[in-house]
Amino acid sequence: MKVSVGHKLGERDVTPEAVYLNRRQYLKASAVGAAALLAPTVKASLATGSADPAPLWLQTQNNQAAPSPFSSTEKLTPYEYVTGYNNFYEFGTGKDDPEKHGQDFRPHPWQITVSGLAEGTGTFDLEDLLKGLAVEERIYRLRCVEAWSMVIPWLGVPMAALLQRLKPLSSARFVSFETVYRPEEMPGQGSFFAAIDYPYIEGLRMDEAMHPLTLMATGVYGRSLPNQNGAPIRLIVPWKYGFKSIKSIRKITFTARQPQTTWQKANAREYGFYANVNPSVDHPRWSQAEERRLPSTLFASNRVPTLPFNGYADAVAGLYQGMDLTKYY
Amino acid sequence: MDKVLLTRWFWWILLLPFVFAGARVVQVIWYDPSALGPDPAQALVDLFGTTALWFLCAVLFVTPARAVIGVRWLTRQRRALGVACFGYALLHWLSYAGLLLEWQWQNLGQDLLNRPYIIVGFLAGLMLLLLAGTSNNTSVRLLGRRWRILHRLVYPAALLVLVHMFWVARSDYTEVILYSVVVLLLLLYRWRYSAKST
Ligand code: HEM
Repeated sequence: MKVSVGHKLGERDVTPEAVYLNRRQYLKASAVGAAALLAPTVKASLATGSADPAPLWLQTQNNQAAPSPFSSTEKLTPYEYVTGYNNFYEFGTGKDDPEKHGQDFRPHPWQITVSGLAEGTGTFDLEDLLKGLAVEERIYRLRCVEAWSMVIPWLGVPMAALLQRLKPLSSARFVSFETVYRPEEMPGQGSFFAAIDYPYIEGLRMDEAMHPLTLMATGVYGRSLPNQNGAPIRLIVPWKYGFKSIKSIRKITFTARQPQTTWQKANAREYGFYANVNPSVDHPRWSQAEERRLPSTLFASNRVPTLPFNGYADAVAGLYQGMDLTKYY
Repeated sequence: MDKVLLTRWFWWILLLPFVFAGARVVQVIWYDPSALGPDPAQALVDLFGTTALWFLCAVLFVTPARAVIGVRWLTRQRRALGVACFGYALLHWLSYAGLLLEWQWQNLGQDLLNRPYIIVGFLAGLMLLLLAGTSNNTSVRLLGRRWRILHRLVYPAALLVLVHMFWVARSDYTEVILYSVVVLLLLLYRWRYSAKST
């Protein structure tokens, strides 16, 4: 069965996410081994309808994704919002700018430069970096610092698997990531009055990066990442505010010292290095006690309480034992 | 053109953004829930805030328009423009308080105490309220000379709105700076003009 996930194709009668969910439930019900085998067809049928522009090797790898036990069972945010309501300031400040202005971006072919405290430094083709790594489907909550959230089915490889391949030295205590810098394809980067520096830089402590929940996403909703979601590869750290999950990664650097991130540099009082989701530490502009789970409707904003570490506290709180989280926000 | 006709026609201009927003709201409620995106309340907050700002700029434009390009008829509409500015600012606030925060008084209070951008927006809103409330003929008559002095509040209100916008901006100041240049030019002109005429 071919199902379109493109909202422009006018298939309103078949809500893609509903079909998607049914298929997933079916998968869960079937025998584990069979599920792993069946998974590819589900993703493939979704991807074909939307004419995935990614190269075949990436499509193939994404199509082989297996469901992950880390996935949330909450209701998915529809595809059209996941891909139409984005903060990706490289493409503009409006929520619909990334979809509108992201279409000239060319994410393939793609290379990643690895440097710093690792054995596997150099510049690599994305295909070689990912070769042989098993893609998983992870349904995660994404909590934006602007106090809204979504539930998104990502495809990707565990960050630990990718980083191990690069053989970081034991002296590497942090890893930083840099978004590609192409002002000719990313109009926001060329803005004269930008309030943040480009290229965008983010970073994690090594143990955060190696945590099993940390994902290098290569796809969403059964297809490779659309440009506006950070094609061809982006970070997903589900227990941190969305701005930590840097998009379109071009550089990975292992360091001994904590890297200076873009938002910290722009406004250290508002954005900390850790940026763990924390309902009891307010951002100066937004209360973080609650979030609007999108889509909200005009008269029901769908507020839900925000959970510590975005609901992943059981898995990650241990990383921060003994730290004063109001100081290291 | 006859004065009454002109005024009536002008009211429609003032209402145009409201009609536009109303149409979107109708569309969202009855036809297409996604017409305003996944966060329709926020979309309305932004839409009404921007509209209020446009009318604020229009108010400030009246004097230079008369003096520089000889548009005299706008002067008679200045109070209507000002009231419209307040009306959209009120809708902006209603969308924020009623739709975004769903009248959670505690959160409204917290925001008002803790968030600098809300505080300056609120102060600007209060000034606009005062101005709109005294925009009738009775007030003009009763307040006499003081009316003109009171209505100079529009300048600090405009500056506070710019600060409000600066503190709302995240990654880029281009839009705020454009509005600031426009508003500051209008204020600068106003200041020189009144210096000369008194
Ligand atoms: C009690 C008073 C006010 C409150 C509570 C308020 C609240 C807000 C909020 C919540 C936002 C959106 C912030 C965000 O994007 O996160 C906003 C943006 C804005 N406000 Fe206000 N505001 C107030 C007064 C005003 C007034 C008086 C004006 C203009 C006359 C104004 C103009 C704007 C504009 C232009 C924006 C930016 C809209 C955009 O991003 O497109 N606000 N305000």
